[in-house]
Parts: sequence; structure tokens; C-alpha cells
Amino acid sequence: MGGFDFSNHTRNAALMAAGMPAPKATSTGTTIVGCLFDGGVVIAADTRATSGSIVADKNCEKLHYISPQIWCAGAGTAADTEFTTAIVSSNLELHALSTGRKPRVVTCMTMLKQHLFKYQGHIGAYLVVAGCDPTGSHLYTVHAHGSTDRLPYVTMGSGSLAAMSVFETQWKKGLDREAAVKLCSEAILSGIFNDLGSGSNVDVCVITPDKATLMRNYITPNVRAPKELQYKFEKGTTAVLQEKLISKDELRRYITVTELDAQGDSSLTTDVMQVDA
Amino acid sequence: MASSYMLPYAQQAPPSYAHPTEASQPRQHHWSPYTENGGVILGIAGKDYVILAGDTRSSEGYNINTRTARKVFSVGSGLILGVVGMSADGEELARKVTRKIDDYKRNHDKHITVSAAAVMLSRILYQKRFFPYYCQPLLGGLDENGVGAIYTYDYVGSFEREQSRAFGSAAALITPFLDNQINLKNQFVPGSNGEQPKQAGDLPRATVEKIVKDAFTSAVERQIEVGDGLQLVTITRAPPRTEEEADDDDWTGAAISVELSPLKKD
Repeated sequence: MGGFDFSNHTRNAALMAAGMPAPKATSTGTTIVGCLFDGGVVIAADTRATSGSIVADKNCEKLHYISPQIWCAGAGTAADTEFTTAIVSSNLELHALSTGRKPRVVTCMTMLKQHLFKYQGHIGAYLVVAGCDPTGSHLYTVHAHGSTDRLPYVTMGSGSLAAMSVFETQWKKGLDREAAVKLCSEAILSGIFNDLGSGSNVDVCVITPDKATLMRNYITPNVRAPKELQYKFEKGTTAVLQEKLISKDELRRYITVTELDAQGDSSLTTDVMQVDA
Repeated sequence: MASSYMLPYAQQAPPSYAHPTEASQPRQHHWSPYTENGGVILGIAGKDYVILAGDTRSSEGYNINTRTARKVFSVGSGLILGVVGMSADGEELARKVTRKIDDYKRNHDKHITVSAAAVMLSRILYQKRFFPYYCQPLLGGLDENGVGAIYTYDYVGSFEREQSRAFGSAAALITPFLDNQINLKNQFVPGSNGEQPKQAGDLPRATVEKIVKDAFTSAVERQIEVGDGLQLVTITRAPPRTEEEADDDDWTGAAISVELSPLKKD
């Protein structure tokens, strides 16, 4: 049976009432954007994941695969965006197989909103859905409570205001692919530098009727400067409390040991290491 | 019926069919005088110098208020004060300390010592015991022997002289690095087999400056509230007085220099 397991709910509610706070989920306090252009659609995202004010991941992936021609940018609770898009991706694949047609972006968007509405906002996934299907190029936003929008350019996440200010000053009708990619990455950069919840690199995905191109780390404007000093500890800095030597022959009783030559190439061509039953 | 003669805002019982929503519940408006502006400061005292550094970002929530905020202030008589927490209170505290140090000089006709200034700052903080300055201060200066001193405080005036200290939103990230690199905690002399702990000595200023810069660039990587710029303030012993400077009342024996360098802005 699928679905969520609520068996710890009562216990956790009691713990919370007793003053124990709930653990913090990793959130992608994020900037994600999307923009339609003549002949396709482009979405982009930053790559910072946070837990409170600490950076949890400096180069995470917020552009999720749904189907070959449909991709999704996610903001909100990292696990929710990850699983929601994975579930919909799976179901859409089955749907495409049973209908024998290419999946449509509306279908994807409808599946997402129905799933999210069912959970009344408790699944914290804020998504930008984009793709090309037999009916054309499409761009949607889906909020955690289940509402959706269909617009020519969209932004979401904590950096949505910074990103939208770029769209509202620079967007115009009839953009070509190059201009749309430039506009989207500039919107993400605005989020990266002006919103503390967003940072690091720019990821871009361009979808046209014939293919989708994921450009991972399209711009890397925040490379760490080299450190001033090297931090290596001399051998013996940490005290050795106990020493026990195990000979190779003794080791052979439990595992297969393969000899390596000076170049590090295995002299045996069979399996490298095998744990005995 | 008395109802029409009652107070104009007399409460009427809600109709029995009314559904209690959030809007229908009594709501208390609340205002808090404090905000947290993020950032981090770091102080290290050496044999004949003091380094006090801070980042130059001031933020509120996910917004950056300014990328060029100074957190380390020269407060007169060769002393410096670093403040982090609520920037308005920090700046006010620095102004007050500056004025009090100037008063001291006028009243006693001599420069205040770091130890006396340390006690003074403690009193300033405790005077506001029940409406504290919402900031953590670090006071730096050279003592009577020309040795570097860092005084660290909590926000109601408890204080202590220390060798090194980090305060602010990345303090938890920088402190273990300082324990390891400055105080050489839990490390042994190689070859002594855990018998002889490494002794924290006086590191040369150039090395400490590099450690400070690495501490900040590392904090920037993992703390969203730290970034934009690094303000590095150093106190060293001033060169011996010349003939013309013999009667100069402003001469303190300390030389303060400020260095500003960029940090990542994301």
C-alpha cells in the first residue's frame, strides 16, 4: 500500500507539547524561474539548499526530470519537491505507456495540483512546470495548496521578487531561445545576489519540441577563493591509544585479497573483493 | 433595554451560528524592539598586536540591508570595539563607549587603559540590565605592557579577557577552527605519543591574518548571513615618540590600521 505513515503523529504531538521542537527539514529557500520563447520554453534555478541560516548543499539540483520533454523546477521543502516530482514522473510514464501518446504538460500539472491539494499544503512543494508536447510549449506554476497559474514568464521561491523584478523590466514578446536563456539566468543571478536563501550557481534547462537540454552549472559566479594556508596535520598529532596488527594471511580467512602491481592495476581479472557468506 | 446607552464599542455576544475563524478571535498586536542583523566578528590577541575583524553584511531575514556596514569601531585612546547582533544597538553602544572614553581622558588627563575600559564597558552594559543592548561586544587594545588584549562580553556585562573569540551568526562555525588553529587544542607533539600536548604559542601576525581570512571565507561558504566584505582592524605598537610628539596628548602608543577586502556576495 502506498501513502504516508502517520503512526508517529500522536507521539510527536505530545513531544512537541512537552517542549521538544520538531527537527528542521532541508528547504530550498530558492530562486526558480521559467520563460516561454518562440519555439520552446526555458526554466532555471539556483543551487543553494539551506537548513535555517546554514547552507546545507552548495550545489544541489532543483531542476527535476518528469518526462523527456517535461521538466520541473522545485522550491520549498527539498524532500517534498523531490518525491512529488518523482511520483508524478512515474505515474506520467505509466499513463504515456497505457495511452500510447506523448505525455502532456497539462496532464502533469493536473496530477501535481490534485496530489498537492489532497494534502492541503502540508506537502511543501512549490513548482514551476515546463515542457513541450503535441499541443505546444507550456509553462505553469503550482503552489503547495494546489493552485496553478499559466503565464509567459514565472518566478517562485524566496528569491521570486528579485527574479520577477528582472522579468518585469526586461521581458518582451517574441523572445528567441538565446534571449530567453539570458533573461532567465539573469533573473536567477538577481536571486542569488539579493536573496540570502538563494546562492551559488545557475542551472538552466531548455525544452524545444525535439529535445530537452539540461545545462547544469550554466553560470558559476561564486567559486570559492583559494585558502591562504594549508591545513595538514603532522603524523603523530593525534595520540595512538591502541594498536592491533592484522596480517594479510589472517585477512584472507574472511575476504578475497587481490594483489596490485605498482601502477595500481589488478593482476587478477576476476572480481576485486568479495565478502564470504 | 439598556443596550443603546452602553458604551459605543460594547461587545455583543457572537451569534450562535458564528464559526470561530482566526479573524474572529481576539488578536493581540505585538511589536518587538529588537531585530537580528546577522554577521560575525572575530578577535585574536597576540604578543604585541590585536586583530579584530568583521564581515560587512547587514541583513534582516532573507534581505540584505547593506553590503558595507562596519562592525569594528575605533573608540579612542587606541582601543577598538567590535559589535554584532542588532546593528542599531551595536552602533549606539560604540558611540557611548567612544564618548565615555573621551570623558575619561578629559577628567583624568590621561588615556584609559584597556583593563579600565573593560570594566567601564561592563558597567555600561549592566546599566541596561532590564532593557539590554542586543549585541555581543569584543573590546580590543594593547595593555600596559604593550601585550594584545581581547575582552569578551555577554550582552548584560559579564566579561573575561581571552586570547581569541568569535561572536555572531557564524560563531559556532569559527570557534572550533580557532580552538584548533590558535589554541592547538587536543593536539600532541609528534613523537611524544600523546604524552606532551602542543603548547599554544604566540603566532606571528602574518599567520594569524591568514587564519582570520580563511575563517571568514569558510564562514561565507556555509552561513547565509555572512558575506560581502571583510573589515580587518589591527592594533600594533606605535614607533617610539619623536621630539615633536613628546607633548602630543593624542599619542597612545598604539597604531590602528584598517584593511577592507571583498568576500563572496551570494
